[in-house]
Amino acid sequence: MNGGADLGGMMGFGPVIEEENEPNFHAPWEARVLGMTVALGACGLWNIDQSRYARESMQPADYMKSSYYHVWLHGISSLLKDRGMITDDELVAGKQLQPAVAIKRKLLPQDVHAVLMAGGPANREQTGAAQFKVGDRVRTMNTHPTTHTRLPRYARDKAGIISKVHGVHVFPDSSAQGLGEAPSWLYQVTFTATTLWGEDKNENDTVSLDLWQPHLRIES
Amino acid sequence: MHSHDDDDHSHLTDTEARVRALESLLSEKGYLDSAAVDEIVQTYETKIGPQNGAHVVAKAWCNPEFNAWLKDDATAAIHSLGYTSRQGEHMVAVFNSIDTHHLIVCTLCSCYPWSVLGLPPTWYKSPPFRSRAVIEPRSVLADFGLELPASTKIEVHDSTAEIRYLVIPQRPDNTESMNETDLAKLVTRNAMIGTALVKAPGATS
Repeated sequence: MNGGADLGGMMGFGPVIEEENEPNFHAPWEARVLGMTVALGACGLWNIDQSRYARESMQPADYMKSSYYHVWLHGISSLLKDRGMITDDELVAGKQLQPAVAIKRKLLPQDVHAVLMAGGPANREQTGAAQFKVGDRVRTMNTHPTTHTRLPRYARDKAGIISKVHGVHVFPDSSAQGLGEAPSWLYQVTFTATTLWGEDKNENDTVSLDLWQPHLRIES
Repeated sequence: MHSHDDDDHSHLTDTEARVRALESLLSEKGYLDSAAVDEIVQTYETKIGPQNGAHVVAKAWCNPEFNAWLKDDATAAIHSLGYTSRQGEHMVAVFNSIDTHHLIVCTLCSCYPWSVLGLPPTWYKSPPFRSRAVIEPRSVLADFGLELPASTKIEVHDSTAEIRYLVIPQRPDNTESMNETDLAKLVTRNAMIGTALVKAPGATS
């Protein structure tokens, strides 16, 4: 979706300002939001792509002015409400008013280490040959889906070169909609800065993105 | 500015109260164990951080076989050191050289190699960096005090998939006598994102 999260190439946000000796969390609630976001994933009622879609669905103006843990708080609140796990009335009352929804599992403290160390690999068994190989010239699709996509606006309808073949990965554009993982070949595609941004850019510079086969077609 | 600094005291207090209410509701409904949340927070506060990545970089500088493995299959090489955790399942290492400088960004969200760098700093997740790194990387690097010659190729990597990128900075001059442990202490988080170079001990620039 062309939402507030698709920031590549926007202007006017000012300089990058680094905080010296920045802590991981600036308030206790930020740590709780991080921990809750990770822990709630174990309930098995959404995948990582659905959780990214929930965050980027925030009103663009709100998204751009919110701190990242505010965005995450918005994300889990919206996922929990969409699945009927909690209601606004319960949040106001501060207690349970509706029966709980069935979850696949609850993350227990003794399992945290193993779950974090195992991660959640996105690669899948390879079925069928890759359509492209390193060195192929491709063009990205000109597409503006209202749903989640990992093809940012700034890289649509642009010609680039396949610079790496990563293997077969879950296709987030499908998975975020709950339409299944639709595993697809994933490639690193390299674009020159002048292709993406115009002739006044440094001709040495490049930007590479990791894109899936459905985002690409061969460029003649 | 886009940061926590926007939050006045009352807003922070509101959010704190809201998050506490949410956590307590989720526990009551049986979805969440607060002790698991504590454990997750503790892990990122004390166990997983940029020291992991610094170990990978220093090993790559000292051990040609490991360096070659990292180029060929960064996932296996990094996992062999025990750094297997989430947001590090699929790794690619990119190597800075005299001719090429790599910079990592996630324009769409905040994808970051947690397993080797820990949680991302606020600037990495914020609009100024995410919007500008792809269109004007040189001016972003200048914000960090890093000016590279126009002849140095800048390769920006936008982390649009579950592949996580780690920059292997150039080893500074005059560090031949240093061992892996001491070298690791020179390697900063920013150098592994690509917004800094690694400096030799005592170097001023």
